[in-house]
Amino acid sequence: MSAALHAESPGTRIWRRFKRHRIGYWSLWIFLTLYGLSLIGELVSNDTPLFIYYQGNWFFPLFVDYPESVFGGQLPTFTDYLDPFIRAQLAAPGNFALYPPNPYYYDTLNYFSAAEHFPGPPSAENWLGLDAAGYDMTARLLYGFRISVTFALALTLIGTLLGIAIGALQGYFAGKVDLLGQRLIEIWSSMPELYLLIIFASMFNSSFILIFILLSLFSWMQLSDYVRVEFLRNRQLEYVKAARALGLSSGQIIWRHVLPNSMTPVITFLPFRMSAGIMALASLDFLGLGVSSPAPSLGNLLSQGKQNLDAWWISLATFTVLVGTLLLLTFMGEALRDALDNRIADDEPEEEDDRIHLSRESERAQASDAHSAPSTRDKLLEVS
Amino acid sequence: MSEALLKIENLSISFGKRQAVHGLDLEIQAGERLALVGESGSGKTVTALSILRLLERVSLDGRILLQGRDLLALPLEELREIRGRDVAMIFQEPMTALNPLHSIGQQIIETLLLHSDLSPAEAREKAIHLLSRTGLREPERRIDSYPHQLSGGQRQRAMIAMALACKPKLLIADEPTTALDWTIRARIIKLLLDLQEEFGMAVLLITHDLNLVRRFAQRVAVMEKGRLVETGHTEQLFNAPQHPYTIKLLNSLPQREVEDVALSSPVLLEARKLRVEYPKRLPGWRGWFSSGRFVAVEGADLLLRAGETIGVVGESGSGKSTLVQAILRLIPLHSGSLEFAGKPLQQQNRREQLDFRSRVQVVFQDPFGSLSPRQTVERIIAEGLDLHFADLSEEERHLRILDVLAEVGLPRSALRRYPHEFSGGQRQRIAIARAIVLQPQVLILDEPTSALDVSIQKQILELLASLQRKYGLSYLLISHDLSVVNALAHRIYVLKDGEIVEEGETTQVIARPTHPYTQRLVHATL
Repeated sequence: MSAALHAESPGTRIWRRFKRHRIGYWSLWIFLTLYGLSLIGELVSNDTPLFIYYQGNWFFPLFVDYPESVFGGQLPTFTDYLDPFIRAQLAAPGNFALYPPNPYYYDTLNYFSAAEHFPGPPSAENWLGLDAAGYDMTARLLYGFRISVTFALALTLIGTLLGIAIGALQGYFAGKVDLLGQRLIEIWSSMPELYLLIIFASMFNSSFILIFILLSLFSWMQLSDYVRVEFLRNRQLEYVKAARALGLSSGQIIWRHVLPNSMTPVITFLPFRMSAGIMALASLDFLGLGVSSPAPSLGNLLSQGKQNLDAWWISLATFTVLVGTLLLLTFMGEALRDALDNRIADDEPEEEDDRIHLSRESERAQASDAHSAPSTRDKLLEVS
Repeated sequence: MSEALLKIENLSISFGKRQAVHGLDLEIQAGERLALVGESGSGKTVTALSILRLLERVSLDGRILLQGRDLLALPLEELREIRGRDVAMIFQEPMTALNPLHSIGQQIIETLLLHSDLSPAEAREKAIHLLSRTGLREPERRIDSYPHQLSGGQRQRAMIAMALACKPKLLIADEPTTALDWTIRARIIKLLLDLQEEFGMAVLLITHDLNLVRRFAQRVAVMEKGRLVETGHTEQLFNAPQHPYTIKLLNSLPQREVEDVALSSPVLLEARKLRVEYPKRLPGWRGWFSSGRFVAVEGADLLLRAGETIGVVGESGSGKSTLVQAILRLIPLHSGSLEFAGKPLQQQNRREQLDFRSRVQVVFQDPFGSLSPRQTVERIIAEGLDLHFADLSEEERHLRILDVLAEVGLPRSALRRYPHEFSGGQRQRIAIARAIVLQPQVLILDEPTSALDVSIQKQILELLASLQRKYGLSYLLISHDLSVVNALAHRIYVLKDGEIVEEGETTQVIARPTHPYTQRLVHATL
């Protein structure tokens, strides 16, 4: 008997169905590439060369700050590699320096810029122009994207973990635990989140960590509701009873049986929660409650764009990055939702197997899992 | 012979690439009672629904002639005229087939107003009349009831009244009694028979229940895998079936297969005066402060010997499942005592509890709900082993899993598959494997076959009987179906409203039921 029969786990099935959704699949790859690029942003957009070969010696300015005198300058101050003099020195015969593709860090002020005023329009020097403070737009967008996505990822992670934990406890134990939890959530959710943020931002120096903690205190509630409902439903099912009859403890049942079967809303909501996280940070920054100035932020750029309407490149570029990011996430979310939705049929050919026939019953079971069977009520309405 | 009322010619139905019905030919005469029989997946319901073109996203081929008019070629507007007026339907589950937001009266009146020119007041009069014709008591009051206020049988009566509203020429009844209890089934069938005679309509009955067919139909059509394999008059078909599938179907009524158990056999499980209560919300303001009690099981005494099968029979709501869960100690007892192998179960420590769990196992009714969809069959079966036989080596464990798989008649290749890849019968085998891999002494079977087709039901019952012979297992069998209990059980307990009203040897109880409820049950089932 051949043991290597192909059996598809629900996980691989979801992945296969996800791949079938072309737009979502490509969105995932584009998003991962962009985020990957921003993660190695120091190599892509930086004001120091990656390495220097100068007069027979190797230098790595990414890691070590060298005084200007090393490269033939007059002063013992740190080198400004954008200085035309230093550039000439490094480009002299026998020397070599590899600059990143975009030679600006997000807080690089180019004192040798050809721009006549700030914000400066796009040019060969600054591809997307300069913002109101004279920073390079490309660099700020790249690092802003990195911070936004990282922030949203962390927020999603914490919110999801909290949401699952609290929803699971409420849903599995039901009864008094559930009742008490629901009342506490109702009280908690009636706290004015935005005002808390404003108050805290005025009390402390508004910082990344502060915003993160405050937002994650509130971001789990919506998800915990979904998880709770899934648990309430699944705990009634017979496989949970069967597991209890086997003698498994509550922890084991939650972890092995109920949780894996309650993950659908969690996974489906992940990309949308990411979008919400990105938007939350951008809005706070836009209002000036978020991270403070030199740090790159999309919201900050948007508010600059609003103040400098004639500098169209600020608004346009920032807007494009934000919309692009949200669009990619939405496409991914749609693909995930379709992949997890049993009502959408697999149109893969059924596998033939000599021993186990995929019967109609099993398909029907899947259909009824999703409550998709056209309800008899609808038919009745048509009859009458 | 006169022109047929409904004539289906060479009907093929396919969903995308999959063909559900292949070239079906069928005729129904005016006033005839025809039963369309087949197991799930045979295409019988699909055929019925396509008569009125109620299916979406299917391609229909062939012709369906109603008094010479081809329903498949009619424009939708004209078809809607026919739906409900010439051809009406009743469905399996009256709870989902009735709109929960409208009273049953509104729904019947809606049909009447749609297809006739009665005034609303006349329509209401007529609806009351129809409801009283279906045997619904107090129709003047019931007409304003909402579906959730009615019992299953009452809802089905309301559905029938709705279907009869416009005196259809053809009534399509799709498993009209499957969702109902046995004693109510008999009454609904009698009602359909009476009404059919009175209204003189033709009835197309779709069912998998052979008892029902025998009582109801004049002619039978048997379907297998989308093909019509045999038609004939009921008596003729039951006495001399021609097609092998028909023969198989007729043979699949459960056969009694029970070996006697010595009276000296030790008592394994004993329940005395079990009482289980659920809290119930009191009506009005009192419900805010205290809760009332609903007694689900009252004073139940049970006795189970080694190697014996006892059957617990009762309708839905009689407390069968509560009793099972109480015995399994999944829900708390209110009073009474439970002993397993002579030791009381109430004061157990964790170790004794685990031991009890490994010796008393359970197989549930719904083969789709009782297996976790995200575990492979191997994980499902191994889970109990890991817990109760943690000292088994990897190899021993694997061997035991393979043994038990062979025991329940599943191939090795099943191990790495997931439950959704199996049919209902196969899943029930997996559930049985999960239970017996722990080598229990008692197996509790909670409606083990009620979700399965008759031929699969027979296989599962045979499997259970052979496992009992081989290992001397004791079974506690819960069922609403007397024929299933009759096939396996030595002794029988009849449960009604949480109380045991009759008990005794299975054959004796069935032959000479003493309690009126048991008499009704026996009469309705066998």
